[in-house]
Amino acid sequence: MSVDSKGTLVIDVELCKGCELCIAACPPTVLEMSSEVNAMGYRYPVLHEGCTGCTACQLVCPDAVFEVYRLQV
Amino acid sequence: MSVINTQTPPTGPAQKVAEFHTPLILGEHGLCPGCGEPVALRILLETLQELNLVQRTIGVVGHGCYGSFVRIMDIDVLQCLHGRAPACATGIKRMRPDTAVFTLQGDGDMVNEGLQEVIHAAARGENVTCILLNNGVFGDTGGQQTATTVLGQRTKTSLEGRDAEKHGYPIRIADIVASVDGAGYVARGAVNTAREVMRTKRLIRNAFESQLAGEGLSLVEILTMCPTGWFVTAPDGPDYLESSMTAAYPLGVLHSRSAEAN
Ligand SMILES: Cc1ncc(C[n+]2csc(CCOP(=O)(O)OP(=O)(O)O)c2C)c(N)n1
Ligand code: SF4
Ligand code: SF4
Ligand code: SF4
Ligand SMILES: [Mg+2]
Repeated sequence: MSVDSKGTLVIDVELCKGCELCIAACPPTVLEMSSEVNAMGYRYPVLHEGCTGCTACQLVCPDAVFEVYRLQV
Repeated sequence: MSVINTQTPPTGPAQKVAEFHTPLILGEHGLCPGCGEPVALRILLETLQELNLVQRTIGVVGHGCYGSFVRIMDIDVLQCLHGRAPACATGIKRMRPDTAVFTLQGDGDMVNEGLQEVIHAAARGENVTCILLNNGVFGDTGGQQTATTVLGQRTKTSLEGRDAEKHGYPIRIADIVASVDGAGYVARGAVNTAREVMRTKRLIRNAFESQLAGEGLSLVEILTMCPTGWFVTAPDGPDYLESSMTAAYPLGVLHSRSAEAN
């Protein structure tokens, strides 16, 4: 885990329906859609360094894909 | 940029700050990608949990895409005839005044099929909380125009956009209910951004607190995305909501008996 990240996620990619609402909602823009697809055929978000643990992605996601953690440093 | 492992929780010291969803949601809802209704359901159930009301809540659900929530919400529910939820909620609350009662209705359900019900329930000052999921379409039946569709909006039955001359003007039901003497609390929120989701959750909490204080009917209208009915892509849903709906339906508290008493 990079020292740049104050937070991190568990992403349940199999629940994702690829709506991309989380991508626009993420203030530091550290979420990006995958090029792979899940079993339903949807692309899903992947996390890059710099997550703040703000929970915006979890708040807007209609499909309960995110669990959010704040890292204690 | 390297991708971070998000398959398992962090191994170092960390605090969980958000769950996938509340344990009151028992499974998948099956609604479209980018639909706003499941977000509204989540904040509603989280509020009941935070107010410690789960064991004494009865929900009354109308007919629309949100109807599928009755299978997955772990609280007592009654599903009513289209638009009649405020009348059923009235009966429940009068027989069981110890319960917290809410209705979950769409714009088609509340403002088309059952318009009189919510107004009469407000006029009677029934102590129930009505939650309106307003997406401006009959989503479940294929996206037809409803009484709340904003002027200019394209729907399956207004392909050229809603035209006041041909289709009439939209009905602002929350404003009407706010003007009725028996209403305790009326507010309008949205779920198109993280900020609005948080704000709307507070409005829902205020509405239940108003019910518990016996102030009369409370109503929270929640603007929800329906990309399928709006002919927009899922990622465009939140901006479309902002640009088309919030001008016609300004967000905020429209009426609060307790605030006005202070
Ligand atoms: C008496 C009656 N008329 C019509 C219907 C068909 N019907 C089912 S859902 C629905 C539309 C509901 O629209 P809304 O409440 O806005 O919910 P949404 O699907 O948009 O979430 C209609 C017309 C019905 N079930 N019962
Ligand atoms: S928690 Fe905040 S910063 Fe981290 S991915 Fe989600 S939206 Fe982005
Ligand atoms: S908001 Fe949820 S369902 Fe939509 S793309 Fe992001 S993780 Fe997937
Ligand atoms: S039709 Fe609209 S309201 Fe119904 S599930 Fe799809 S996006 Fe949601
Ligand atoms: Mg609707």
